[in-house]
Amino acid sequence: MSKDVLETAFETIEVAREDRIGIVTLNRPNQLNAISRGMIREIVTAFEAFDEDPSVRIILLKGNGRAFAAGADIHEMANEGAVDFELKNQFADWDRLLAVKTPVVAAVHGFVLGGGFELALTADMIVAAESTQFGFPEVKLGVMPGAGGTQRITKQLGRAKAFHWLWTGDSFSATQAERDGLISVVVPDELAVEEAFTWANRLAGGAPIALRLIKEAVNAGVDLSIAEGMFAERKNFSLLFATEDQKEGMRAFQEKRSPRFQGR
Amino acid sequence: MSTATYETIVTSVEQGVLTITMNRPDQLNACTTQMLQELTNAFRSAQKNDEVRAVVLTGAGRAFSAGQDLQDVKDGVDYGEHLQTTYNPLVKAVTSLEKPVVAAVNGVAAGAGASLAFACDFRIAHESASFLQAFVHIGLVPDSGATYFLPRLVGTAKALELAVLGNKVKADEAAQLGLVTEVVSKEDFEKRVLEFATHLAQLPTKAVGWMKKAMHGSFDRTLEESLDQEAFGQTIAGRTMDHQEGVQAFLEKRTPNFTGK
Repeated sequence: MSKDVLETAFETIEVAREDRIGIVTLNRPNQLNAISRGMIREIVTAFEAFDEDPSVRIILLKGNGRAFAAGADIHEMANEGAVDFELKNQFADWDRLLAVKTPVVAAVHGFVLGGGFELALTADMIVAAESTQFGFPEVKLGVMPGAGGTQRITKQLGRAKAFHWLWTGDSFSATQAERDGLISVVVPDELAVEEAFTWANRLAGGAPIALRLIKEAVNAGVDLSIAEGMFAERKNFSLLFATEDQKEGMRAFQEKRSPRFQGR
Repeated sequence: MSTATYETIVTSVEQGVLTITMNRPDQLNACTTQMLQELTNAFRSAQKNDEVRAVVLTGAGRAFSAGQDLQDVKDGVDYGEHLQTTYNPLVKAVTSLEKPVVAAVNGVAAGAGASLAFACDFRIAHESASFLQAFVHIGLVPDSGATYFLPRLVGTAKALELAVLGNKVKADEAAQLGLVTEVVSKEDFEKRVLEFATHLAQLPTKAVGWMKKAMHGSFDRTLEESLDQEAFGQTIAGRTMDHQEGVQAFLEKRTPNFTGK
């Protein structure tokens, strides 16, 4: 249960619970939340704990300080070689994020760069403050994204735009990111976190298993052919008819009242 | 705010009004790279300075600005690159400033000088002021935001007329076109500009800054998007101290004392 994770002393993140929302806040503000190996390990630990707790309906991810996350921790890897990376297998923790079933809403602001952008792109919904700057500046340091950046942005934007941002390392605005379909909503800076909570609370009132299976189908659809995707969708569609929430939802519709979903 | 570092402009703050004076009167305040950078810095620091709640941009001597100083253009320079590094950052600094900006157009505003006046939120014109989109006369196109601001100010047809014909628009005609807020006689000009700007500086600054941003953005938004923006804006404005003060003053039947917070 997520009680334990709330009592865990984390070094790089803060973990909290607000009603049905599990909250993870990146907390290395003096480093603009640069993502270290320790930080991604802690994020995954918290996500997995929330994921195991059915009373957590939504995970909300945000950052303390001036930036959501301005990149990866460069100091940590500046002097390392290919063999170090192979042996440390540092991106394995990122892979564990793929297995999280609970919907994740990210509230981003300030800089969302490099590894910070990759982390944001693992979220299912991104609410961005209007002055947010997105970008993959890795190329300027002679390297490239390593935690899914080239893959995710290409699947979402197509090759032409992916090359534009990955080869130049230029930053782009929240308006641009919204126009390109990379993020869900842009809101005034003052309201970004609040608006993310509004979304999280709204989603937390939905039928939890339906939200999870929709997440699975949508994320599968990014990778699969249309035929395979439709089979995956159909299985999940059928599966939902095994839930009590489906019965309650359809009964409430017929009785013209609001449904009370239990997540069962 | 340091004024010592500026050589081509003069700045002063009085009663919440930052006055930025382009100060190359012998060259009719023609824009050099240095002046454009100093102007950009002045507008950027105005954003950070809480004491500043309105800005006036004006020119020393008899001109507002004659536009690009052709003496300052080096041979072989790429005009596009020149714009990207000088005028364009300035225009963005003026429009992104969340405080009202008044162009006190004290005389001729030609070429990019006119464009700069158009980029401001209000224009108060001296009776001898004139606007001239002179670009066409030297085979160039309007820049520094003129193709954006002019159609929004006077409509596409009139904007195209001003750009293509390149005729001088005198103060009274500018007023008829809606290009300027008011025309003031030479005796009253400075006093009226300060009065107008001081009034702006006493308004609820956050709300005014929001209005500026929303109006500039509105041409790129649908009605639905504008309604959403207004809802966000009202949430933010509704939490300001100035809103509380405004309501309190209304109930107490007195003039509100807005602080910009």
